[in-house]
Amino acid sequence: MLSGWFIALLATGYLGLLFAVARFGDARADAGKSIISANVYALSLAVYCTSWTFYGSVGRATSGGLSFLTIYIGPTLMLLCVGVIIKMIRISKAQRITSIADFIASRYGKSQLLAGMVTVIAVIGVVPYIALQLKAMAASVDVLLQHSGSSVEVWGLDSTFLIAVILALFSILFGTRHLDATERHEGMVAAVAFESVVKIIAFMAVGIFVTYGMFGGLGDLFQRAAASADMERLLHLDSGRAGTWTALIILSGLAIIFLPRQFQIIVVENVDESHLKRAVWLFPLYLLLINIFVLPLALGGLLHFGAQGANPDTFVLTLPLARGAEALALLAFIGGLSAATGMVIVETIALSTMVCNDLVMPWLLHSTWLQAEKRQDLSGLLIGIRRAAIALILLLGYIYFRLAGEAYALVGIGLISFTAVAQFAPAMFGGMYWKQGTRAGAVAGLLAGFVVWLYTLLLPSFAKSGWMPSGFVEHGLFGLGWLKAQALFGLGGLDEISHCLWWSMLANMGAYVAVSLNSRPDAVEASQAERFVDVFRFDARNAEARLWRGKASPDALVGLLERFLGAARARQQLAAYALSRQAAGWRNLPADADFVQFAEAELAGAIGSASARVMVASVAQEEDLGLEEVLDILDEATQVRAHSRQLEAKQRELEAATNELREANERLRELDRMKDDFISTVTHELRTPLTSIRALSEMLHEDPRLDLADRSRFLGIIVNEAERLTRLINQILDMAKMESGRAEWTTGAVDLGEVVRESMASLEHLFREKGVALAGNIPASGPVVQADRDRLTQVMINLLSNAVKFVPGGAGRVQVGLSSAAGLVRVEVHDNGPGLTAEECNVIFEKFRQGGNTMTDKPQGTGLGLPISRQIVEYFGGNLWVESEPGAGANFIFTVPLPVPEE
Amino acid sequence: MTKKILIVDDEPNIIISLEFLMKKEGFSVAVAGDGEEALAKVASFAPDLILLDVMMPKKSGFEVCEALRADPSNAGLLIVMLTAKGRDTEVAKGLAIGADAYVTKPFSTKELVARVKTMLGVG
Repeated sequence: MLSGWFIALLATGYLGLLFAVARFGDARADAGKSIISANVYALSLAVYCTSWTFYGSVGRATSGGLSFLTIYIGPTLMLLCVGVIIKMIRISKAQRITSIADFIASRYGKSQLLAGMVTVIAVIGVVPYIALQLKAMAASVDVLLQHSGSSVEVWGLDSTFLIAVILALFSILFGTRHLDATERHEGMVAAVAFESVVKIIAFMAVGIFVTYGMFGGLGDLFQRAAASADMERLLHLDSGRAGTWTALIILSGLAIIFLPRQFQIIVVENVDESHLKRAVWLFPLYLLLINIFVLPLALGGLLHFGAQGANPDTFVLTLPLARGAEALALLAFIGGLSAATGMVIVETIALSTMVCNDLVMPWLLHSTWLQAEKRQDLSGLLIGIRRAAIALILLLGYIYFRLAGEAYALVGIGLISFTAVAQFAPAMFGGMYWKQGTRAGAVAGLLAGFVVWLYTLLLPSFAKSGWMPSGFVEHGLFGLGWLKAQALFGLGGLDEISHCLWWSMLANMGAYVAVSLNSRPDAVEASQAERFVDVFRFDARNAEARLWRGKASPDALVGLLERFLGAARARQQLAAYALSRQAAGWRNLPADADFVQFAEAELAGAIGSASARVMVASVAQEEDLGLEEVLDILDEATQVRAHSRQLEAKQRELEAATNELREANERLRELDRMKDDFISTVTHELRTPLTSIRALSEMLHEDPRLDLADRSRFLGIIVNEAERLTRLINQILDMAKMESGRAEWTTGAVDLGEVVRESMASLEHLFREKGVALAGNIPASGPVVQADRDRLTQVMINLLSNAVKFVPGGAGRVQVGLSSAAGLVRVEVHDNGPGLTAEECNVIFEKFRQGGNTMTDKPQGTGLGLPISRQIVEYFGGNLWVESEPGAGANFIFTVPLPVPEE
Repeated sequence: MTKKILIVDDEPNIIISLEFLMKKEGFSVAVAGDGEEALAKVASFAPDLILLDVMMPKKSGFEVCEALRADPSNAGLLIVMLTAKGRDTEVAKGLAIGADAYVTKPFSTKELVARVKTMLGVG
C-alpha cells in the first residue's frame, strides 16, 4: 500500500497545501490585512524544532537520557530576556536590518568586511545542518519504502536529491516570489506556523499511540524501563554531566536568536513588538508539549525492538509500522517532513539574503560590469542572485550529505552549528550595550572564535569521520601536547562541546574587548554605535539630519531606488514618504539629509546596509564629517539629554523646596493663630476683673447716697479684683519673660527641705482658715540642689494653694512628701480633693485652663500658676506632673536633679 | 408693668454689679451662672431681655443664643451679648446668630442702662 509513488504524491500534495497557505498569507499582506497575529508569530518560532528534534531527540534520549531537555531549556530562558529581544527588534526596524550579518555589519559602521565574515561563518556552520535535514528526510522515506519493499528511481537519481530539488523550488517560490526585494515574507511565516501545528500534532499522536496503545500508559512504561539496568539509567539526571548541561543550555539559548533562520523569524519577520509577549509563554509551552513523549518513545522503542535492530532515530516511524498503523506512520512522516522543510525553507531564505547582500552585491558593486549597466533595473538581478543562492546552498547541503553519509560529522552537526552561531554573541550583545565596541574588535573576536571553533570542533569531527589525519586531535598540532584539539592547554575532562564553547568564547570575547579598547571607531561607526545602544532614546529626526551633510540630486537617488527596488515599488515607497512629509510628491521635496536617509534605508531593506551605504555614497557628494565632528554632534545630543535630566532634577528639587516652604508657611500661620488666640485670651482675662472694677466704681461715683453696707461690699470687691488684676499682669509678664528666655535666675545651692518647710509655714493660716489639715514629714536639713530658691518657693506655694483651694473645707487633708532616689529629689503634694480626669491631668498645664468647676473660687486662679511652675521645674532639669483619678484626690509631683558628685 | 431682665455670667462679681445696677433702674432681675441655668431661667422667669456673657463653662453664650432663637416662643426676647473678647469676628458672629446688641466688657454703666432702656422702650 505504501508505494513510492503514493508517498511522493502525498509529500507533494502536502507541500502544495503549504504553498497555498503561503499564497494566502501573502495575498492578505498585500491587501493590508496581515494574518500574522501573536499566535502565528509564536508558532512560527517553532521552526526551531527541526527534524533533528522530530527524529533525533528520541535517538538522543536512548543514549543520553534526559539531557535532550537542555536544547529546550535554553530557548525558554533566553525568551525571558524580553528586553534584549525587543531592543534587537527596535534597532532592526529603525535600521531596516535584513539579516544577522546585516545587523552586525550595520552596528560596526556598515562594514562590508564584517557582513561578509558573518555570512561565511553562517554558511559554513549551517550548510551541514541543512544536510542533516536532507538525511532525516531520506531516512524517513527509506523506512517507509523498506516497509513496503518498493523504491523510487527517477532518471537514476536518488530520492534525497529529488527532495533537495523540490525544497529548492519551494524555497524560491516562498522566499523570492515577489519581484521587489524586501526583507519580509508574511506568507512564509504563515506556512511555517502551519507546519509547527502539523508537526506537534503528528509527534503527540505517535507518542499517545505508543504510550497508551502499545503500552499501558506512562506508569507501565517507566516501570518496565526501571526493571532494566540500562534503561533505568536514562530516567535520572546525571550530576556528573552538569557542565555539559550548562554548555548545552547556553548554546541553545544563543541559537534561538542567532541561527540565521531564528533571527529571520524572531527579529526580521516581527510585525509587532507586542507579539513577543505571547511568544514568551506560548513557545516554551510548545516546546514542553513536543518533549513530553520523547522519553516514552525512546523507552518504548528500546523495549519493543530490544537492544539490536532498529535505529533509534526512526522510532517515530518504526513503532507505528511495527503495529501496522500505516496511516499514523504517514502522519508522522508528514510531521517530520514539516519539521525539515520549515527549517530548510527559512534557513535557505535567510542565508540567501545574506549571501546576496553581503557577498555577491559588494563584489558586483565594485565590478566594472555593473558600472556599464548604469541605467538598468537591477531588482530582477537581485531576485535572480537570491534564487541562485538558494539552489546553491541546497546543492552544498546535498553534496555534504553525500560525502558525510553516516559519518560522525553529520550526526553531531546540530550542536556544532549551534556553537558556530554562538560566535556572533559577543559582537551582537556588545554592539547593543557597549558603545566602545569597535569594528576592529568585532572582526578580531569573530575571527578568533571562528578559528578556535574550526580547530576544536569542526576539524576534529572531520577527523573522526576519517576524512583527514587525526594526529592533531590525538597528539596535538606539530606533536605539541598543549595543542591537542580537544584538550587545549591541557584542559581535559570536558566533553567536546563544552570544551569548544569555553575556549572559543574566551578567545572571542577576549579579542573583542581587548581590540575594541585599543582601537578608535571612525565617524560612521561612532554614530551607528549611538543609534544602536541608545535606540530607545535616540532622537532620530534631529540627529540624523545633522549627521549627514552634502549634496545629492533627487533624480540620482530616485534612480538608485528604481534600479534596486524596481520602478513600481520605488514609486510606491516614494509616494508614502512624500505623504509622511506632507508633500504632494517627491519632486516637491529637497534632497536633504532626511531624503538621503530615507533612500539609504529603503536600499538597505533590499541590499543590506553596507551595500546601501556604498550605493548612496556613489551618487551623493557627501562631505566627510570626520570622527571629531560626529562625536561632537553625538556628544551634544548626550549633553542635551544630560541637561534635560539635570533640569528634571532641578525641577524636582524646586518642587520639594516649594513644598517645604508651604509647610513652613503653614507652621508659621499656625503659630500666628496660636499667638492671636493667646492675646485674645489674655485680653479676656484682663477685661473680666476690669469689668467689675469699672461697673462698681461708676456706681459708687454716681450715687453718693449708697448704703454703707453696699458701699463697703463693693469696695471690697474692687480691691480684690484689683489684686487679681495685678497678679495676672505679673504672671503674664513672668511667663513672657520665661518663654522668651529673658527671665532672671539666681542659681545657687538650695536646701529643698527648707524651701518646702518654709512654704508650708507661710500658707499655714490659709489652711487653718479653711479647716484643712496640712501634714508633712520633712527632714531637718533636706537634699541640696542647684536652683533658684525664690522660684522653687513659688512652685511649692502654687501647688499648696491649689491643693487648699480644691479640697473640701473642714474635711480636707493635704500631705506633703520629700524623698530622693536615682539622682532626683522628688516632692509630692497629695490632696483628698475631687481628683482629675485623664484629660484634665493634661489640660491644667495649659495656659488659662483650669480644672473642674471653679465657679466659687474662680477669682483666685489665673490659669497661669501651673504652666509657670512647670517651666521653672523644667528649667532646672526636672519634671512636674500630676497623678490622679476622679474621686481619688490628686497627687502633684515635681522632681529636681541632684548635683552630679565631682570625681 | 415692670420689665424683667435675666443676667447670665460666670463671674460672681460681674453678676453682683449688674444685678445691683438693673435693680436700681427698677427692673425685675434674675441671675444665672452658666448656660444651662440660663435656659432654665428663661423658661421659668420669662424675661423681656437677657444680658448674656459669651465665655462661660458648660454652654457658651453663642450656644445659648442659638438655642433661644431656635424656639419660636422666645420670639420677642431681646438678647444683649456681653463679651470680654472684643474681636470683630465675634461681634459679627453674635449678631449673625440672632443677638440684638453686642456690648464689649468693660462697659460704661450709663451707656449700658441707656441701651437697655431704649431696647425695652422705657424711660
